[in-house]
Amino acid sequence: MRLAAAFATSPAAGLGLLARKLGFALAVLVIVAPAVSVFLWMLSLSLKNELDNTSYPPVFWPTAPAWHNYVAVFENNPFLLYTWNSVLVSGSATLLALLIGVPAGWGLARSRAHGMAVVILIARMTPGLSYLIPLFILFRWLGLTGTLVPIVITHLVITVPIVVYIMMGYFEGLPIELEEAALIDGATLGQAFRRVAMPLARPGITVAAILSFIFSWNNFVFGVVLAGRETRTLPVAVYNALSFEQVSWGPLAAAALIVTAPVLLLTVVIQREIVTGLAAGAVKGG
Amino acid sequence: MAGAAAPAARRGVQAGGGSRFGYLLLALPALVVVLAVIVFPWLFTLYMSVHDWRIVGEKEFVGFANFVALARDGRFLEAIWHTFYFTVLAVVLPVVFGVLAALVFHREFPFRGVLRTLFVMPMMATPVAIALVWTMMFHPQLGVLNYLLSLVGIPPQLWVFEASTVIPSLALVEVWHWTPLVMLIVLGGLASLPSEPYESARIDGASEWQMFRHITWPLVLPFVMVAVVIRTIDALKAFDTIFVITQGGPGTASETINIYLYLQAFSFYNMGHASAVVVVFFVIIVILSLVLLWLRQRTQWAQVA
Repeated sequence: MRLAAAFATSPAAGLGLLARKLGFALAVLVIVAPAVSVFLWMLSLSLKNELDNTSYPPVFWPTAPAWHNYVAVFENNPFLLYTWNSVLVSGSATLLALLIGVPAGWGLARSRAHGMAVVILIARMTPGLSYLIPLFILFRWLGLTGTLVPIVITHLVITVPIVVYIMMGYFEGLPIELEEAALIDGATLGQAFRRVAMPLARPGITVAAILSFIFSWNNFVFGVVLAGRETRTLPVAVYNALSFEQVSWGPLAAAALIVTAPVLLLTVVIQREIVTGLAAGAVKGG
Repeated sequence: MAGAAAPAARRGVQAGGGSRFGYLLLALPALVVVLAVIVFPWLFTLYMSVHDWRIVGEKEFVGFANFVALARDGRFLEAIWHTFYFTVLAVVLPVVFGVLAALVFHREFPFRGVLRTLFVMPMMATPVAIALVWTMMFHPQLGVLNYLLSLVGIPPQLWVFEASTVIPSLALVEVWHWTPLVMLIVLGGLASLPSEPYESARIDGASEWQMFRHITWPLVLPFVMVAVVIRTIDALKAFDTIFVITQGGPGTASETINIYLYLQAFSFYNMGHASAVVVVFFVIIVILSLVLLWLRQRTQWAQVA
């Protein structure tokens, strides 16, 4: 509209505005292109046969979609088992974190105990690997290695801080008056939490759950140290496929895409919350 | 101040309905978990760092011998240098690109929401999967990166397969991966800026650049500093992509402190030595973070003055 108006008044001004708009569109393109093209390349690699993938110059568009790459992923490795492991680990680590982290977030928000926030900040600063040495020794001593239990426990290092941090922020933004009214009417703290605060916090809980699931799902370091053959999570399985199967790019790229696709879908679900920064400060633990 | 009465009332309710103690009781399970999986490892690491501690055999108190050995270990000192080199690249570049991207996404334009989501995708993607694709892209003969370079007449590179280019190449992956986080933090800052200064500046005939230089930049600088702090912490402890792509190689050319730590602990099972690495590593992270937080404080003071 503005463009048409500008052209009507003076062609030169119209051209200037057009040039600026095109320049801006170009800037947007330059910014988004790297992100998109790596994912597209991943998709392209996963859908090309061996011949396409090893030709130079590279083939961008598969001659015929090689779906057999995806079949090969599940045939060559117990990938279904690893997927199930990942679901179990991230699912239980997230559930446990919600179970203890949501009430904690409320308690800390309402009692203004910011000391805990400092502990969480320091936890975020510590490399995930450094938790592993003592825990590794402890799990060996308890005889828990070779099961999923140690992996779930270590994933709490990621999920609990995310949930507590997000819920603290969320509850601080909720009005306290309703809870106060319930307390004056004789409700216990537990009732005020369950009946009043928690229902209001449902959107916050959803975001906390999704983010904690994503970052637990993505975690590699705990699995690579603690997982045995039967207890690998998906990122560990992909890493092992990379190191032990001789370079066959199609199935490898397919495996990579299978691992990361659920996370990308969940990202779309909570993209608004991620962008509004509800979560930005807290993301990426471990 | 209408709100002044509220805290007093709140305290009254707490004294009647539930005390501060009651609220903290709700946080108790989380506290137990934090103690078990976060605080306990810290303390146990400190304890192990003064012992000669291997997976099998006797554990022996050795005082600061592990730390002395570290200070003399050329490979560890090199790992510190690699870590700093990587960190500088993996902080400066994402911050520059992230700020530029935030300035673009702060404007209104068609499909902004969709494009923003696409832009944010890399930081949510599984690092191992990303590392795998980049490994293929870095391939000297078949990789798409060398093909793209050849289109603009640049000779093929060895990327992660050559000691002199491995760290910048790994930093490139990190830049791709984490620029979105910087963009989100700065975008949040831009969204919180007041509109009045811009209105009066426009009335006074200020140019776009002048408005950016004298209004936007000073106001958004604290957010940029937050991004710098977070990015520094994350870059120092970067592990997944480096480990998957190079495992510290070629040779030890990309062995950062974190990779060195992994090898000591879980390849050589030298737990006492590795615990000393953790302690030194943690001290480095804390000192750098404090320096950056101090710088941030100073930038805020500079604005007031």
